[in-house]
Amino acid sequence: MPGNPLPDAESLLASLTDRMRPAVGPTTGLVGIYTGGVWLAERLHAALGLKLPLGTLDVSFYRDDFSRKGLRRNVKSSDIPFDIDGCDVIIVDDVLYTGRTIRAAMNELFDYGRPERIRLAALVDRGGRELPIAADFVGAEIAIAAGESIELKRDTAGRLALELTQEQVTKEQGQG
Amino acid sequence: MWLDPANPQLNKNGELHHLLSLEGLPAGVLRQILDTAESFVGVTQREVKKVPLLRGKAVFNLFFEASTRTRTTFEIAAKRLSADVINLAINVSSQSKGETVLDTVANLSAMQADMFIVRHAASGAPYLIAKHVAPDIHVVNAGDGRHSHPTQGLLDMYTIRHYKGDFTKLRVAIVGDILHSRVARSQIHALTTLGCPEIRVIGPKTLLPADVDRLGVQVYGDMREGLKDVDVVMMLRLQNERMNGALLPSAQEFYKYYGLTEDKLALAKPDAIVLHPGPMNRGVEIDSSVADGKQSVILPQVTFGIAIRMAVMSILAGN
Repeated sequence: MPGNPLPDAESLLASLTDRMRPAVGPTTGLVGIYTGGVWLAERLHAALGLKLPLGTLDVSFYRDDFSRKGLRRNVKSSDIPFDIDGCDVIIVDDVLYTGRTIRAAMNELFDYGRPERIRLAALVDRGGRELPIAADFVGAEIAIAAGESIELKRDTAGRLALELTQEQVTKEQGQG
Repeated sequence: MWLDPANPQLNKNGELHHLLSLEGLPAGVLRQILDTAESFVGVTQREVKKVPLLRGKAVFNLFFEASTRTRTTFEIAAKRLSADVINLAINVSSQSKGETVLDTVANLSAMQADMFIVRHAASGAPYLIAKHVAPDIHVVNAGDGRHSHPTQGLLDMYTIRHYKGDFTKLRVAIVGDILHSRVARSQIHALTTLGCPEIRVIGPKTLLPADVDRLGVQVYGDMREGLKDVDVVMMLRLQNERMNGALLPSAQEFYKYYGLTEDKLALAKPDAIVLHPGPMNRGVEIDSSVADGKQSVILPQVTFGIAIRMAVMSILAGN
């Protein structure tokens, strides 16, 4: 996209895939967080040739801002189609920001069982953490202003792109 | 008043604040509830069947009329949302000491209630309560008189959507005691809002309300006629305890003409589904072979009912 100050999402995904390749094995279970994280996890799952089927999480029921913002519309169904007990889980999200989404995702995962280990892969780390959470695999670190946010988009052909937007307080919005 | 005066269930942003009736609820709100319930169905199949959404909230089951089944489903739903649940069977406590409904509610509000689930024999009682509670308290109608039973109507819609998909292609029959049924009214409103093109009501004249055709439905006195080629058969319970005076000659006679038997069901489409809100009167409105048969979705209705109540409570608590 002309004038897009952000790096190309496809090449970030390629380098993220390379970083993860040596770290996955037969007990690795990939879990994508809706919506962007699921797109990425689908691509990573195919590229890494993982054996366990892909898991998806919608963390709406575990968010810490429910009492302020209420329930988001269009809640998706979480689906973990493998046994979490003893599994080597990698959570996949598009943009790592405050860490609150990841906190919620970990809490939800533990309601499915006791994983052996949980790691985190994010396409973009924009800093601004509010919890002691760090990613194990990152596509790129990008610094942007507090009022802005980075969104992952997917076009009809399945190509991924990053978009810089002004943050707005809506129920559709994720919490980073 | 910050609630919409034309529809006191909605706040000024058009979001659900109380659930009192399915009448007047926009299709968007109905779909939001059904979609959210779908996510909760997944939760109830996990090892830990609980999410922390309503942690620290107090849900009061206020049952002025006995109903073990409905109270239990609300209780399970609230507990699976991590709420604290307090069950009150009012007909045997303060009401017998002469305390009014509003006094009871005021007292419970002073105990920091967040939500009231109300069942009452008088139509409109949940509206009265909703009008008088503090703005941060939510009220759910769990059945009021002959008027409305919105969560039952919603779980029926969820069940139909689960098995049949698109409402706009369906022919639905509602059979039995329409006159005394709050379920039938909720079903008719929801089906109409969701775009169901053909709703039939089937029953004896004495059990049909005088204004039934005003609801936009087709009326059939003959069950065999009415069941022809329908996709969905929604049976109602014969409300023995609500029947004053001789509206029916006998339960046996009712079964003969309006009981759902295998040979009557054969007139519907071969893949038609059969719903019943429970508890069933076997051999009165439904034959056991149908109730336990392949086309019956009566037990899945119960399972979906918990997810629907979780969806309603979590949407209300967040608005």
